[in-house]
Amino acid sequence: MATAAEQAARSTRTVQLVSFTVGNEEYGVDIMAVREIRAWSETTPLPNTPEVVRGVINMRGAIVPIFDLRARFGMPRTEPTKYNVVIIVSVSSRIVGILVDAVSDIITINEDEIRPMPDMEQVSGLGFMEGLITVGDRMVGLIGLERMFSGRMLEAADSTGKPLLTGPSEAAA
Amino acid sequence: MDDLAQFKQTFFSECEELLGDLEGHLMALQAGEGDNGTLNAVFRAIHSIKGGAGAFGFERLVAFAHIFETVLDLMRDGRLEPTPDSVLVVLHCADILSDLVKAAQTGTELPAEHESDGRKSLIDMAATVGVNADPHAADEAMAALDAQLAAGGADALMDEPAPAKAPEPAPAAAAKVPLLKYLVKFAPRDALYQRANEPLILIRELRELGSFIARANADAIPPLDQIQPEGAYIKWEFDIETDRGEQAIKDVFEFVLDDCDLEITCLNPPDAAAEPAVAEAEDEPEPVAEAAPKQAAAPAAAAAPKAEATAAPKPAAAKAEAGGGAGGGGGDTKAVRSIRVDLDRVDKLVNMVGELVITHAMIAQQTEHLHADQHPELANGLAELSHHIRDLQESVMAMRAQPVKSVFARLPRLVRELAMLTNKKIRLDMSGENTEIDKTVIEQLGDPLTHMIRNSCDHGIETPEDRTAAGKPPEGVIHVSADQRGGRIVIEITDDGRGINREKVMKKAIEKKLVAPDATLSNEEIDNLIFLPGFSTADTVSNISGRGVGMDVVRQNIQSLGGRVHIQSRPGQGSSFILTLPLTLAVLDGMVLKVGVQSYILPLANIVESLRPEKDQINVVANQSELLRIRGEYVPLVYLHRIFKVPSGINDPTKALVIIVEMEDSSKMGLVVDEIIGQQQVVIKSLEENFDPIRGVGAATILGNGRVSLILDVAGIKHIAEHEGQGRNPPRLTAPAA
Repeated sequence: MATAAEQAARSTRTVQLVSFTVGNEEYGVDIMAVREIRAWSETTPLPNTPEVVRGVINMRGAIVPIFDLRARFGMPRTEPTKYNVVIIVSVSSRIVGILVDAVSDIITINEDEIRPMPDMEQVSGLGFMEGLITVGDRMVGLIGLERMFSGRMLEAADSTGKPLLTGPSEAAA
Repeated sequence: MDDLAQFKQTFFSECEELLGDLEGHLMALQAGEGDNGTLNAVFRAIHSIKGGAGAFGFERLVAFAHIFETVLDLMRDGRLEPTPDSVLVVLHCADILSDLVKAAQTGTELPAEHESDGRKSLIDMAATVGVNADPHAADEAMAALDAQLAAGGADALMDEPAPAKAPEPAPAAAAKVPLLKYLVKFAPRDALYQRANEPLILIRELRELGSFIARANADAIPPLDQIQPEGAYIKWEFDIETDRGEQAIKDVFEFVLDDCDLEITCLNPPDAAAEPAVAEAEDEPEPVAEAAPKQAAAPAAAAAPKAEATAAPKPAAAKAEAGGGAGGGGGDTKAVRSIRVDLDRVDKLVNMVGELVITHAMIAQQTEHLHADQHPELANGLAELSHHIRDLQESVMAMRAQPVKSVFARLPRLVRELAMLTNKKIRLDMSGENTEIDKTVIEQLGDPLTHMIRNSCDHGIETPEDRTAAGKPPEGVIHVSADQRGGRIVIEITDDGRGINREKVMKKAIEKKLVAPDATLSNEEIDNLIFLPGFSTADTVSNISGRGVGMDVVRQNIQSLGGRVHIQSRPGQGSSFILTLPLTLAVLDGMVLKVGVQSYILPLANIVESLRPEKDQINVVANQSELLRIRGEYVPLVYLHRIFKVPSGINDPTKALVIIVEMEDSSKMGLVVDEIIGQQQVVIKSLEENFDPIRGVGAATILGNGRVSLILDVAGIKHIAEHEGQGRNPPRLTAPAA
């Protein structure tokens, strides 16, 4: 059914991403979801939550949970400094923050430049990845916020395989 | 379509208020305190419901309200005596009406016979004074009339000769009251249309009164280019022949009285029936105090508003507004003095005030190190600001506050129904209905209250025979009271029934393994066992209560509102449920605690006392549980830093602080914390808005330094301590002495 014109229209639809780094890797989220970008500030830890959950902050009166993306990717928790950045995003009517190393760029790409995730065993736990983008010679992973934070937050955080409602001490045991 | 939905919503919320008022008036009638004013108020409430229901096409509701109204009309006319029996019928019918309203609101269909018994009682009552209240008898006549009108189309209402001559009134409608001929002159003013009234509806209602001819006077209609879409240009004259009396005609116009010129003339007054019509004949003596306003005087004036309308529609409307206030009498004045505001707007205001409180605390904290004598104006300004913020906060909270009356109003009916189901005689007394609580609390109070009343009716109050045998009056009494004590609202539900059978409760609890067989519990503890999940002592499961899902749900609901509930019982004399609720859900008095590097807020309502125990007060059981002995009582110790896995909390209670907290089930727990910082009023912030609920944490708040602090939920902490243990830390015996 799709005419050549329609296809042309589709291929010109552009997406803007905010890209950021976690370690040596680069990721991006849809710019439309980003509410603000702020410097790291100390959080109030939530008891008995997985390591991914850094705690909550006060954002102009709203209590906003902060997720540590590095921990989410199965690495040790970020040791945040004042150079670390929290990207506040709105996802399915909730406001959450993701802690990353630094914001790097704003990328404008055509929608059809997004490559699907390769079907391989190593990435089976990465259901929240929406696709891959090549910018110059860099690979940027596109994070699907809806996928990452759908349903219960604790479950979302839990998909790293860490048990729920246990602190670091038990996880180590 | 959306507009209609909105109007409907308004209608239903008005219905709710009207039904609430109705219940109050009926209770007064039942207690024999009612006068003619009460009957009038009852009538008006029913009539308003009927009017609105008609506009939205809730036929069934209209039909029932109509019969109901007829009987009430007879009562206020004094033709029917409000005997205890008839008041009972009216009460029952008010219940049915409320069912029908609810059904209309939710769009559910009640079984066809739902209102039939009430309907029959009403018709029977009306029949005793020779009035047929059943509109069905006149249905055929109405159908014929409708057909005629339909054939005539709009002409029937509009153009000059519209002799919609009705057939003779149905024979059933003939009664002792002689047929009287009336000439009714009706000239709507602009305001009538502006208030979304529709003359057609009035005309249809008039048509039901008897034989009816309508003449429209369209002389005043201006040329098309001068027509105001909302202007009133048409006048009507109606010839009505009816046996229902002048009052029935006036009732049709009840809601538009202030917005029209109305003149009702009896052409053959009973004493001078033979005489021909005299147009200037004054109104016959009013049967009821509620008379038509005298503005119906000059028919010539009827034309005036039209000319006036185009020039100055506003003053006209304003006048009508004022007239509505004064003319309505009674409770109507209230309507002018209150406005309906979307709850979201109020909530937004509440939030803003919360922010203001936090910001103020932040500024105050920042300026603490400044010397007040160097900055006297700053210090004064801050003190003043603090004062104003508190005032503002109270005013905003008051906007959300509502009298508990709205929940209490449905209890009389509940008790009536339960009494009937259980064959008991139960009287309900209520006091403190005007005590005000936050709207959210009120909304969620209904279910728990219903449960407790059910419990009292079913388990508490004995049968009349048992009561007589026990030397009590056969009629049981349930007293529901609301009262403000300190910062909390206390609601008590007291019955004079048999009280709690502690032996039976204990046996049941042991049977259900809720209590160890050898446990010794105080009387109060035994009584409060009924709040445990899965507990029910009813020997047979009834459909009233006794499925074991009542009281634990009650406790949960109350707890989720930040309240507590417990029961006091005196065997043979009755029991009391005592509910304490916070005045508002938005702020909370809390104690700021420090544990390791973290600070938490503990609701003041949970705290019994705090102490630094001596070493010999601590006892270890089975090498794991520590118990604090205090005045002969053993209280388990729970280390907050272990529960929440906060590093560097103090492990030695003799060097830390123990806060004795009380749960809703009046069990106690000693919470071990590092220190108490101080007492503070905090604004409650939802954690769930952007995250998930966390056990042990009720909500969050923002402290003066802008940091988030968590508000503790002691029941959740107890749950963690019991189910997950505190044993994640070094075993007790090797614990360092901190």
